[in-house]
Amino acid sequence: MSLEIFEYGFMQRALASGLAVAAACSVIGLFLVLRRHSLFGDAMAHASFGGVAAGLAAGIYPIWAAYAVSVASALAITRIRQRFDLSGEAAVAVLLSSGIAVGLVVISATGGFSVDIFSFLFGSILLVGTTELVTMVALASAVLAILAALYRQVLHATFSEGQARAAGIRVEAVDYLIVSLAGVVVVTAIQLVGILLISALFVIPNVTAIMYGRGFKQTAALSVAFSATAVVVGILVSYVLDIAPSGTIVLVAIAIMGCTLGARSAGLLRGRRGSIPVRARRGRSA
Amino acid sequence: MSTVVDVSGLSAGYDGAPLAIDDVSLAIEEGDFLGIIGPNGAGKSTLFACMLGLLHGYDGTIRFFGRDIRDSPSYRRSVGYVEQRPAFDRNFPATVREVVRMGAAQGPGGWPWRRGGGGSLRRSCSCLCRRPWGREAGGADGEDRVDRILQDMWIHELADRRIGELSGGQLQRAFIAKALAAEPRVLVLDEPVTGVDAASTDLFYGILRNLNGSGMTIVWSSHDMDAVGSLATRLACLNRRLFFHGDPRRFFSDKELVRQYSEASMQEHMHDHCCCSPAADGQPGGRGPQGVRGGAGQKAPAPAPPPGGNGGRA
Repeated sequence: MSLEIFEYGFMQRALASGLAVAAACSVIGLFLVLRRHSLFGDAMAHASFGGVAAGLAAGIYPIWAAYAVSVASALAITRIRQRFDLSGEAAVAVLLSSGIAVGLVVISATGGFSVDIFSFLFGSILLVGTTELVTMVALASAVLAILAALYRQVLHATFSEGQARAAGIRVEAVDYLIVSLAGVVVVTAIQLVGILLISALFVIPNVTAIMYGRGFKQTAALSVAFSATAVVVGILVSYVLDIAPSGTIVLVAIAIMGCTLGARSAGLLRGRRGSIPVRARRGRSA
Repeated sequence: MSTVVDVSGLSAGYDGAPLAIDDVSLAIEEGDFLGIIGPNGAGKSTLFACMLGLLHGYDGTIRFFGRDIRDSPSYRRSVGYVEQRPAFDRNFPATVREVVRMGAAQGPGGWPWRRGGGGSLRRSCSCLCRRPWGREAGGADGEDRVDRILQDMWIHELADRRIGELSGGQLQRAFIAKALAAEPRVLVLDEPVTGVDAASTDLFYGILRNLNGSGMTIVWSSHDMDAVGSLATRLACLNRRLFFHGDPRRFFSDKELVRQYSEASMQEHMHDHCCCSPAADGQPGGRGPQGVRGGAGQKAPAPAPPPGGNGGRA
């Protein structure tokens, strides 16, 4: 593989948009994973499928329709969850199936599946244009800036709802903020890995980083690094081997996680509860 | 000395259960170390939930620094709270220092989303002007403060460990540090040493004594009568109603008073187990502190105040 592939405009745009989206997915995904809402990104992606279908049917740019539907449905399901004490996993199931259902009905009513729909389902990062690149980078930067500005409040509410509430934080408002930002990031990332693989970027780098990280900032930085590595390596490998980039990105992320698990099993990684393996600690106390 | 907290005629309860606290009135002066004792279900946590604004449906008034908390929610900036068993994920990737810093964010300077404490454009802008990842402009003072608090709590060496790696006693000290990082004027502790070993408990009591000695007003609920007797400067005996409020030496030296309180507590406990639903134990049916006002017909029999005692304000 020669370095000339970096001179291609499509490759530069793919890498730049991929890195921006990877950073945003990692950070917002870390909050979702720590709130035990790992599949919320997946659910919002499926909900946005309804938006894409509606946008295509109505002649609106499908991504804008997906943004609207994703954020609106995330806010609605959060409101329902808070109002009726619905569990997180039940909310995910409702959101996921309703989005797909709406999408299927709209598509069947307007002439069936098209190439456009498949590009949203599986991503098309190598087809990102300059306008899409600017939009993706701007949105990802905006999401990261908001999270950076309100970092302590969001972290406090994520760490312990009860303590945050007692400290006067409006936990419900933080919930709405997180799902809104996640909705925006999901639709932005759909162009990268597609609706069906979106949760990989939200969850896998974070699960890996939590194994390494000691503090929150360290964990977030590691997650961004893993995610960026997966995106860059995935895009390059997919180009060289002429295979699907979205699937390759996810497989690279899974490979990083697999290596981490292997290293941890082999005792090469420091355990989260200190350097003494659990078995040895038991032996010592006995 | 000024009155920090003034609770007057406070009654509160939960859905379908008798009132958890009934007509409680007490005043807490600046620099007080108020120990609140009472059996399980006596209403200690409910009293705290009302004081912290977590339970809105109550009768009576609660004033912090002379202002009704319903009219002035920003009072919470002055209150540090440590709950009975802090609920959090033990695998949460946050260091002790990061957890303490979370408390610092709620101190003077405020945040835009505080209930009733924000909303101003200036405050929102000041929040957005913070440097990324929460390090505020001129944050060296804040870091120094966090370091000092960690040292005072004897957990400075644990500052960079994951919060979930701490033992029970270390955890409680970390959460006190988090509460102190907000620079509160009142520290509210809900049975803070439950499940903590004796050595850690002694260290904890020493820390509380030092804090109170430096002028901090402390409100502390406990089952440990000996500790309350030796540490607290004021005592409140709660059993849904306020049985006694005054000098702890007076209470503990009066054997008849102690006996009456113990009997009344026992009767109340038996009544709960024989006659009432599980929710009557002061637990909000596992639904969190979302209580509603109890009706007049829901009042549970409460122990009569001691003869000649001050079952209200001292």
